[in-house]
Amino acid sequence: MKLTASLPAAAALTAAFALAACNGGSEPSDNGGTNGSDSGDGEIVRINLDPYPSTYRPRPSGVTLIRGGTVLDGVGGQIDNGDVLIENGRIAAVGTGLEAPEGATVIDAAGRYVTPGIIDIHSHLGVYPSPGANAHSDGNEATEPVTAEVWAEHSVWPQDPGFEHALAGGVTTLHILPGSANLFGGRGITLRNVAARTVQEMKFPDAPYTLKMACGENPSRVYGNRGRSPATDMGNMAGYRASWIRASDYRDSWEEYWAEAEAGEDADPPTQDLELDTLMGVLEGEILVQMHCYRADQMAQVIDMSEEFGYQVTTFHHAVEAYKIPDLLAEAGSCAAVWADWGGFKMEAYDSVRENLAMTHANGACAMIHSDDDNGIQRLNQEIAKALGDGRRAGLDISEAEAWSWVSSNPAHALGIGDQTGALQEGLRADIVLWSGNPYSTYTRADQVWIDGALSYDRRNEDLQPVRDFMLGQPGEGEQ
Amino acid sequence: MRQLISALAVGLTLAAPAAAQTYAVTNGRVVTNTDSGILENATVVIRDGDIVAVGTGADVPSDATVIDAQGGWITPGLFAPYSQLGLIEVALEGSTTDHSAGESPFSVALDVADGFNPAGTHIASNRIEGLTRAALFPSTGHNIFAGHGALIDTSGAADSLFQSGSFVVADLSQSGASEAGGSRPAAWAYLEAALADARGYPGRFAGDHEGDALNRFDAAALLPVARGRMPLILQVNRAADIRRAIRFQEDNAPLQIVIAGAAEAWIVADELAEAGIPAIIDPLQDLPSSFDTIGSSLQNAARLHAAGVTVAYATLTADGYFNARLLPQHAGNAVANGVAWNAAFRAITLTPAEIFGVGDRYGALAPGYAGDVVVWDGDPLEVMSAPTAIFIDGEPTEMESRQTRLRDRYINITDDTPFAYRD
Repeated sequence: MKLTASLPAAAALTAAFALAACNGGSEPSDNGGTNGSDSGDGEIVRINLDPYPSTYRPRPSGVTLIRGGTVLDGVGGQIDNGDVLIENGRIAAVGTGLEAPEGATVIDAAGRYVTPGIIDIHSHLGVYPSPGANAHSDGNEATEPVTAEVWAEHSVWPQDPGFEHALAGGVTTLHILPGSANLFGGRGITLRNVAARTVQEMKFPDAPYTLKMACGENPSRVYGNRGRSPATDMGNMAGYRASWIRASDYRDSWEEYWAEAEAGEDADPPTQDLELDTLMGVLEGEILVQMHCYRADQMAQVIDMSEEFGYQVTTFHHAVEAYKIPDLLAEAGSCAAVWADWGGFKMEAYDSVRENLAMTHANGACAMIHSDDDNGIQRLNQEIAKALGDGRRAGLDISEAEAWSWVSSNPAHALGIGDQTGALQEGLRADIVLWSGNPYSTYTRADQVWIDGALSYDRRNEDLQPVRDFMLGQPGEGEQ
Repeated sequence: MRQLISALAVGLTLAAPAAAQTYAVTNGRVVTNTDSGILENATVVIRDGDIVAVGTGADVPSDATVIDAQGGWITPGLFAPYSQLGLIEVALEGSTTDHSAGESPFSVALDVADGFNPAGTHIASNRIEGLTRAALFPSTGHNIFAGHGALIDTSGAADSLFQSGSFVVADLSQSGASEAGGSRPAAWAYLEAALADARGYPGRFAGDHEGDALNRFDAAALLPVARGRMPLILQVNRAADIRRAIRFQEDNAPLQIVIAGAAEAWIVADELAEAGIPAIIDPLQDLPSSFDTIGSSLQNAARLHAAGVTVAYATLTADGYFNARLLPQHAGNAVANGVAWNAAFRAITLTPAEIFGVGDRYGALAPGYAGDVVVWDGDPLEVMSAPTAIFIDGEPTEMESRQTRLRDRYINITDDTPFAYRD
């Protein structure tokens, strides 16, 4: 077995683990957490933290041995002529020369590549589905600049055909966000990329909630054009800060109530506020901040603001200028989720460089790819290939194995699910892609995709190619 | 690769008199886009701006500056059949865009040549990825006609717009229907009336009479289209709209139609081939992103090629002003979905040139063609490959852009020199 995790990858992973430890846990903090301490007193008012619980059930997993492929493990390791064993929906073993258990399905992967499933940390599938229709434009509650009370999962249309196209591109997990019109856009949701009737059936079990926030031009343009605040960058900052002050007060009032009630005093609970529930969850470290920010100077100010109010930005999304501040990002423990080569569409995207991902990574920050696009999500392997090729030509020494963390373990940790998926490691969910060749080649396609050990897509078997209800009877039914 | 770059730098310093310069690009896999096919270990000789020799046995002239491709690929420059290079600097800043004019009293007569800015910074960032020529498309404003398109090279030189009045663009898809008053019948009625106005120009406009659809100025601008001397590019996606376009060409000889978008073209591939109508498509368009494109398929390209349709590829699912440079990735994905490599590469080089009537000068490596030559460090359709040297009209071009300058300024984050004092 050859394990080739180089220093930059290790540094990035350390940062990501620190994040997960800081923000991903659901244990109550010292002062009681979002719901106070559990005193067992049924009369104390609690906030229901999971009113729309996941009903996801993995499809049955067989025992499968994928044998003799080039294995990229998603955390910087490469195993040539490697084997991956799937049992009970989990990765049972990764190595060379593994024995096939009796009754196992053995797949010859010689000449092909085996990787963890792709995780897209920034998608609007379901909330801006195909086909684009006014009735389905459900991603931006652009009626007030602060809408932390809305939840993207309540807008996801599970019949979006975009999900099955993403699956054909090897995407096994994706994070659906509200749009960026608002300072606080609402909660995001992490989904398994499975065909289902309801969004609850897609929800990644126990994945932490996230909060979408947005910097810069979008909120100030949307509300400035209506003659109201925020109309400027300074208005944006004032808007966030005023909200964090209200959230801090709200948290204090609940903690005071819980302390009194648990002490047996006669106390009235505060009035529950959906917007402030979400912001309080961030202050308690239970909800992860995923913030749309392009410019280096704006990210630096947001980092200061997070310190002012005592929370952490888990990931800056788009982060077109992350390459200018890898040191600040690393110090703050914030990741950057970026495109390979988008830019030019607005002023804050003007300083786009093709080496952003590779430079941010190589200079010590946690970095990853994201799509923000129903086309790009289908080829995130090619997006990181471009970033890797450009980075290498700029003199950065990054291996293919290391770069696979940009679509797997780094987004997994930034979503608080790094202990569940994002790597080919024993015990993790068997979210696996078998590629027709090297996934850094334009000509390579996903041959087979497993989700929790269940073969969920097969390029050569139409019976294993999901078709959403919308496509039935349409000219494009069954087209890939 | 460093040796190659330094060889090129020597070439640049020698290039003082633009005329009478000779270059030999040697030791590469030459994609000719001619009957000669792909030549291994071959040489391309450029003299005075044009290609003068291509072959495995081509002699290197004694006065030639030699560029060693070091076993890489040597190809014609890429030709984007759809772009807005030099028309859009920052898409959301209206003060920096000249591709559309929703408030203008004119439509067909609007000429993108008057808006093209060869100093736009995205031109260089597209050039250094191998793009040497592009068609400039206007966008629609207030009716179905967007205006006149033009052809450019990507040198950034003052004379880089080398042909204007190359085609007229009209939108007959759902969005065109919306601009025309709310339905497809409205859009086609407007197009029919506009064509009649053009045919009736100038007589119909004598005295106080106005056109049924167009004013006098726009009607004059549409006349070359009506006479079949300038192609009419119709933006259509739905199969039914494509059939309507085929019928429109039949009914209006000698009109020459090209369709762009064409997401459902595979459904009517045989009819398109029979009508001789070329299609500009994006081989990556596979989503039912609107009710016009419900039949989108990754097989569109392969099926159109198989039916004998003339097909060029564009970056329609990305954009035309910043990422036309992604053409090789789009073409490579066509190969991954069943198109032969030669056909896919032709669809981003020679075929676009042919569609715009300049296929005898651009898009191939053969004597008599312009010296638009790209040297690559690997298969140009591979996402990890990149150009190492680029010639336009026989002159080497700089491998630098505003983006590479930013990269170089920030790549050493620990350097003590303040960033604004770096190069």
